[in-house]
Amino acid sequence: MTLELSAGDQSMLGGEHGRAVAAAMKILVAFSDAVGARKLLDIAGAHIDGCLYHGQASLDFVERLVEGGGRVRVPTTLNVGSFDLIHPGLVKMPAAQEVPARRLMKAHLELGCQATFTCAPYQTRFRPGFGEQIAWGESNAIVFANSVIGARTNRYGDFIDLCCAMTGRAPAWGLHLSENRRGQVLFELTGSFEPADALFVGVGLVVGQRSGDRIPVISGLPQPRDEDQLKALGAAAATTGAVALFHAVGITPEARTLDEAFRGKAPEATLRICCADIDQALAKLSSVPDGAPLAAVSLGTPHFSHDEWMRLLPMLREVAPARGIPIYVNTGRATFKRLQDEGELDDAQKFNLIPVTDTCTYVTSVIERLDGVVMTNSGKWAHYAPGNIGVSVAFGDLADCVRSAAAGRVVRGAR
Amino acid sequence: MSQQDGRALNRIGTFQLAGEAQGSALVLSHALSFWGGVDAETGDIIDRSHPGGNVAGKILVMASGRGSSSSSSVLAEAIRRGTAPAGIILQRPDAILAVGAIVAEFLYEISMPLVVCDISGIVSGDRIVIGMAEGGQATVSRI
Repeated sequence: MTLELSAGDQSMLGGEHGRAVAAAMKILVAFSDAVGARKLLDIAGAHIDGCLYHGQASLDFVERLVEGGGRVRVPTTLNVGSFDLIHPGLVKMPAAQEVPARRLMKAHLELGCQATFTCAPYQTRFRPGFGEQIAWGESNAIVFANSVIGARTNRYGDFIDLCCAMTGRAPAWGLHLSENRRGQVLFELTGSFEPADALFVGVGLVVGQRSGDRIPVISGLPQPRDEDQLKALGAAAATTGAVALFHAVGITPEARTLDEAFRGKAPEATLRICCADIDQALAKLSSVPDGAPLAAVSLGTPHFSHDEWMRLLPMLREVAPARGIPIYVNTGRATFKRLQDEGELDDAQKFNLIPVTDTCTYVTSVIERLDGVVMTNSGKWAHYAPGNIGVSVAFGDLADCVRSAAAGRVVRGAR
Repeated sequence: MSQQDGRALNRIGTFQLAGEAQGSALVLSHALSFWGGVDAETGDIIDRSHPGGNVAGKILVMASGRGSSSSSSVLAEAIRRGTAPAGIILQRPDAILAVGAIVAEFLYEISMPLVVCDISGIVSGDRIVIGMAEGGQATVSRI
């Protein structure tokens, strides 16, 4: 099984488009061999998950491309970085780390990438269309693009997403190809469920845990209120597992029917999800009991959409938390700008609301007090934050988070 | 594992990134995400769902990769710092780990082989050698 390169691929590899493109193509070829692709295909866009500073290697790679005169060849969005460039001073970092971390974000802009700095590029004007071939990094963005939009990407990692952007090409393998997008394992929700936010998180956690490398099909899921609930499901499934595509029967675009989701074939396995499975998965997200004193609330992982803000802001105005507990909300800079233009954030300070753009509270040092409990409505944040920044976490839905901020302690199920 | 000799283990696998390595096996019962799971400065496993341990210089053995695509960067940085495994053996190929290993080799000329083969019968502490067979295949043996 060998990789066939087009004349265009050969000329990029041969250095006719400069050293940076040649290096990107060289890595892309090595990667394509590693995954067993036979050829490369054209992509319409890319999303780069390389702006988060994980150490010198991140920067060495991008600098090598900048030195080689590189420019991306397709519209390319950027995932979060280590800094909030809109709110200077919010992220506190030793200078030794700050200088290379800032340089990493800027170096990507020098390659012609768009300054989106969001993990939810599907909320921007660069959102792809159904059936479009793209090369995206960031696990939640990948699962959203494939499942909710029906665009086509594999799970690209740091570096390779940029190599695709620099060449406008991706290996023709995996989820780029129709035959590999068929559902494989059926998850049946047994019982009747309300479309509560936590349900979608819980289903995502369970599906992620049990899918392995098979494509899950979920039946019995209630119609979601909006795509944010599917965002939460996908993000959770890509946290506890390696899910890059799920089908939800009657909900997602490649699964109008059960038969379409499985392309007329039988499921390899059928697994049932009951209420207790979901409760158990959600319970594991919290390491503290109800009533524990609260240090902060963190929302918006993945980045809070405009719709989510429009649910949060009226709740804040109604509950009016006044105990000084910070409510961090991670969001894309485009969403933030829109809210500012609309005047929606004018009373933010009253509730200790702290919008965070360009980054996320669990990947860098934003949260002031790490010794206490942080409450979140994000399954992904709840899973990763204890390991990343050393906090204790309480999971709850959006209303619980707001009420807890007002009470100063973890309150759940308050209605 | 061979029926005749419980200790013998000689397998043929496929390279996701070719190279030679040897070290003590660290077998994980479920997949580890390098991002959020490994501290690149030390090689310590920080994902609380694992029992702990350190991956540096080990032959890391697990069924598959998992989770965030940022794992590529964490693996490349660990390779640069010398805190990465000496080699990784997976039951199923993982593109995210492959990229981290390929880029580290491109930037720093350090090779960390990534092999796909049957992992059954390998236990933590086994001395494992990854070698290159004719035809570009990987050999995995216990010594």
